[in-house]
Amino acid sequence: MKQDKLEKVRGFKNCFTRVTGGLRKFSQFREAPSLVALLGIVLISSLLSPHFFTGTNIKNIFTQVSIIAILAMGEAYVILTGGIDLSLGSVLALVSVLIAGCIKWMNLPVYLAVLVGLGVGTLCGLTSGLLVTRVKIPSFIATLAMMAIARGLALIYVKGVPISMFPPEFRIIARYLGPVSILTLIMIGMFVIGQLILSWTRTGQYIHATGGHEEATRYLGVNVDRVKLFAFAFSGFCAAVGGVMLTARMDSAYPNVGQGYELDAIGSAVLGGISFTGGVGSVGGAFMGALVITILGNLLNLLRVSGFYQYVFKGIILAVAALSLSRGVKYAK
Amino acid sequence: MAEIPLVEMRGISKSFGAVKALQRVDLELNHGEVLGLVGDNAAGKSTLVKILSGVYTPDEGEIFMEGEKVEFASPADSRRLGIEMIYQDLAIVPNLSIAGNIFLGREPVKSFLGIKILDKRKMIEQSRQAIGRLDVDIRSTKQSSGGLSGGQQQAVAVGRAIFFTPRVVIMDEPTAALSVKGIKKVLELVRELEERGISIILISHRLPNIFAVTDRIIILRTGGRVGERITKDTTPEEIIDLMVGMY
Repeated sequence: MKQDKLEKVRGFKNCFTRVTGGLRKFSQFREAPSLVALLGIVLISSLLSPHFFTGTNIKNIFTQVSIIAILAMGEAYVILTGGIDLSLGSVLALVSVLIAGCIKWMNLPVYLAVLVGLGVGTLCGLTSGLLVTRVKIPSFIATLAMMAIARGLALIYVKGVPISMFPPEFRIIARYLGPVSILTLIMIGMFVIGQLILSWTRTGQYIHATGGHEEATRYLGVNVDRVKLFAFAFSGFCAAVGGVMLTARMDSAYPNVGQGYELDAIGSAVLGGISFTGGVGSVGGAFMGALVITILGNLLNLLRVSGFYQYVFKGIILAVAALSLSRGVKYAK
Repeated sequence: MAEIPLVEMRGISKSFGAVKALQRVDLELNHGEVLGLVGDNAAGKSTLVKILSGVYTPDEGEIFMEGEKVEFASPADSRRLGIEMIYQDLAIVPNLSIAGNIFLGREPVKSFLGIKILDKRKMIEQSRQAIGRLDVDIRSTKQSSGGLSGGQQQAVAVGRAIFFTPRVVIMDEPTAALSVKGIKKVLELVRELEERGISIILISHRLPNIFAVTDRIIILRTGGRVGERITKDTTPEEIIDLMVGMY
């Protein structure tokens, strides 16, 4: 009888330590706070709005998050090397109007127009990268310049006027396969590739190393400039993919699209636990961050909160996230 | 001149803006030799060895290895020729694993569907061997390098330098941050490398360390070479006088 009780206590204790041990292990993941934030906002949303957990809304969220998440991944690459890219929203707009012009004005086949768009986006990233590595301009300034230039070029190209009504071969990109948008499938594909590059290639290793200790990485014979160029080019490519997707989804292109997207991208990266000093984080984290930001926007829409207030909410969430993350780092040390 | 030196640097000059860090400095390193490089702060020791390791390119001067002229556009070039450097700050990337640090810049890759991917298993196993030779308590080379103690970091830096069978190992102030016990270990390591026929350039402020292990000493002062002594024929006092310019 006594033995039985002892067994029971021991079993309970085992169970307890297993749970706390598991929690402790979980809390060591850099993405843990992001996951908690994500679950938290899902919980709050489902409590506050009866429309949140409906099929259409979930479908909407996954479609909406696709574009922001891809931008966040591009941003994550640059932030991991220790830089920042402010030009994503503008590059997205430039790519968007270019593709529209190629299809509607120059009658190029859709695949060619898309290739032109992706090429130009990558080129924008590459240019920012060259400004950073060759001209030695800090990435904040270099990409701020690119942000203005790309936006200006977009406005010049279409003279400020939107273009819409694309052929079905192009709009197919935004179609649904069953409940899942092709946009979401593209995003999943991009994330798989993005994470594989980061964790399984030399380039990925060097991206982390450059962000962790650039000088040491250079001293050991790694071409740090080439690593940064790759990150910026990848970021530009991601912006371009976002441009293609957004244009197809809205079935129109206008030069002012994507304003503030760079902030969503940076916010997603920060919420996803990517260290702003570089070197630490994963694109999976960036995805979770993007999901948090998207769901927040979605919830505020469901609650009919005006778009003006949404900016303030986003800003507050971001500040809190940054605060809690930096605290976490301090304790971890 | 019976033997061609392993490394010969001739007439090396280097300026940073208006600062002349080195002015026409020569350095030769013989096979299997331990060479001490001493000088006061800003004498140009670090600049000189960073030119040899490919971090800086000299404004003037030439480098020869076994009589053949070489040019280093980056540290990758000098490492390829067997010149390894242990940097003063150890050049450990804190967010990479120990294995990642040891293989940084020369990661083994394998082909996977035609794409070159990291051979992580090889990295972890071989880095364990690299660390295993050194007497240090590191449980797994998978762990991150961020939380390592000074001695452990040193072991990683040393393991990285000696794993790829170098011909020259440059040590820039390897004892600066170490305890007495740690210093003893480094000096033992220098002797062990010497026995394996590796040539060493040792930079140190601590003259007793220099006298304990080197064969020859080159003295720099304000960017110029002011003297060269055979270690067993000189005294610390003479070296100090040369360093501060009493001669």
